[in-house]
Amino acid sequence: MSSSTPVRLAPPALWALILPAIVWLLSACSALPEAPALRGTGDLGVVIERADGRVKIIDTSAHAVLATVDGLGDLSHASVVFSRDARYAFVFGRDGGLTKVDLLQAKIVARVIQAGNAIGGSISHDGRIVVAQNYAPGGVKAFDANTLELLAEVPAITADGTRSKVVGLADLSGKRFIYSLFEAGEIWITDFSDPRNPQTERFVGGKQPYDALVTPDGRHYIAGLFGEDGLAMLDLWNLDQGSRKILAGYGKGEAPLPVYKMPHLRGWSVAAGHAYLPAIGRHEVLVVDTDDWQEVGRIPVRSQPVFVMARPDGREIWVNFAFPENGWVQVIDTVSGKVTHTLQPGRGILHMEFLSKGQEVWMSSRDDNKVVIFDTATKQQIGGFDAASPSGIFFTTRAARTGF
Amino acid sequence: MLCCTVPALECVMKVPPLLAHVAVFVGAALIAAFAAAAEGKPVAPEAERARELIHIVRQDCGSCHGLTLAGGLGPALTPAVLADRPFEGLVATVVSGRPGTPMPPFLGIVSEPEAEWIVDQLMRGFPPDTGLPAAR
Repeated sequence: MSSSTPVRLAPPALWALILPAIVWLLSACSALPEAPALRGTGDLGVVIERADGRVKIIDTSAHAVLATVDGLGDLSHASVVFSRDARYAFVFGRDGGLTKVDLLQAKIVARVIQAGNAIGGSISHDGRIVVAQNYAPGGVKAFDANTLELLAEVPAITADGTRSKVVGLADLSGKRFIYSLFEAGEIWITDFSDPRNPQTERFVGGKQPYDALVTPDGRHYIAGLFGEDGLAMLDLWNLDQGSRKILAGYGKGEAPLPVYKMPHLRGWSVAAGHAYLPAIGRHEVLVVDTDDWQEVGRIPVRSQPVFVMARPDGREIWVNFAFPENGWVQVIDTVSGKVTHTLQPGRGILHMEFLSKGQEVWMSSRDDNKVVIFDTATKQQIGGFDAASPSGIFFTTRAARTGF
Repeated sequence: MLCCTVPALECVMKVPPLLAHVAVFVGAALIAAFAAAAEGKPVAPEAERARELIHIVRQDCGSCHGLTLAGGLGPALTPAVLADRPFEGLVATVVSGRPGTPMPPFLGIVSEPEAEWIVDQLMRGFPPDTGLPAAR
């Protein structure tokens, strides 16, 4: 029981061998799973390769492709929103696929097929709810942003029993989302504060809304109308007033030209107190004052505008065009109100995305299978890379913006 | 047809050779066209133009009808959906559009025979897009 047994240490000569061995083994162990290089996500983005169900994860600082993620289904008309921490991209596919991609690990972390035919989606201001807008079956669906578990469905069925396609979905304050019904011509606001028991308010919109936007301050919702000359506008601070028409009769009764691609509306068309909006069926960009919503001008452009996008500083508006003039891009100077540059960046320019401070614009050239990067100051190409049939380009800086 | 009342040899000797060649060529083309129409089989465009048309249908018609033609803002254009639709009506829709809907007229972008070929291909199951030829 006594502790008389002396502790026997190894001879010093043996220690001389053992110690370095231990040190070497320990260092080898810690080196085995190589520590990942730490990096942020603020300068990352996603490029849709629409025909291949694939996205490229891009580094906008390096002008480089970091990784490719496969298996996202039919990505024609795909769109993307980002989690609040800008680590995850939620990709909405045409075939109803909703895929959550981890940008840092370049892998799919969740995926559901949530509808037969979808057109895009949005994320709540608190980042907890992702909402998809669907053509078939027409309506919206809300998902838990963590797991993509279905929380609720709101079918776009109006009083007469018609089911409509949903367009122009955008996030509002609280857990509210606003969207338009193509067939019924209504504007709906659904509140998901109680996610499994959503509440919907309905407003008159206009004939055949095709897309819509929320202004960057989140106050006004504007729906473009295919079926009539004008846009429907809802003041979200004065909902009891209902919607009103703006730019009514902008076509002056003339027959519109054939529309080969519906324009897209997003909050980026607001610059320096004016909203710049595509005239449907006309070769014009319409300009309205955002104080009184009166028309202040119209700018003749090369063809029918699809995207009318303000450079983030508001000094320039970049415009691309519908098929068959989709190889052209024009730049409007917002001070002079005139087109100052006409560019041919590539064939089939489908989308343009600005860096958040506006110094670069990235454009997808679908028919040349490349993404081109232009310096917005010089209007010269400063980079680019190959991509198969690229369409949407989405930078993580969208995570911080309303309406994106 | 010019020579119907005279023996063929005589005809060839009287008519200047170039004109005869042109007449024969035009005649043959007309006969081929009528034969094809009578058979109900639209004439396929040349390979390069066919590739271009396939690209237009998949990509640009696809912006409303979906890249897989399974539908979007516009209806699906798959063989199953089109099966019981009249061929002429579908061709008329492509050529003249559908007033009151977003479907625009495509005459000017495609010719009427090309529209017939496109509808025929849609009803059979549309070929895959191989992209546009490389830019010159």
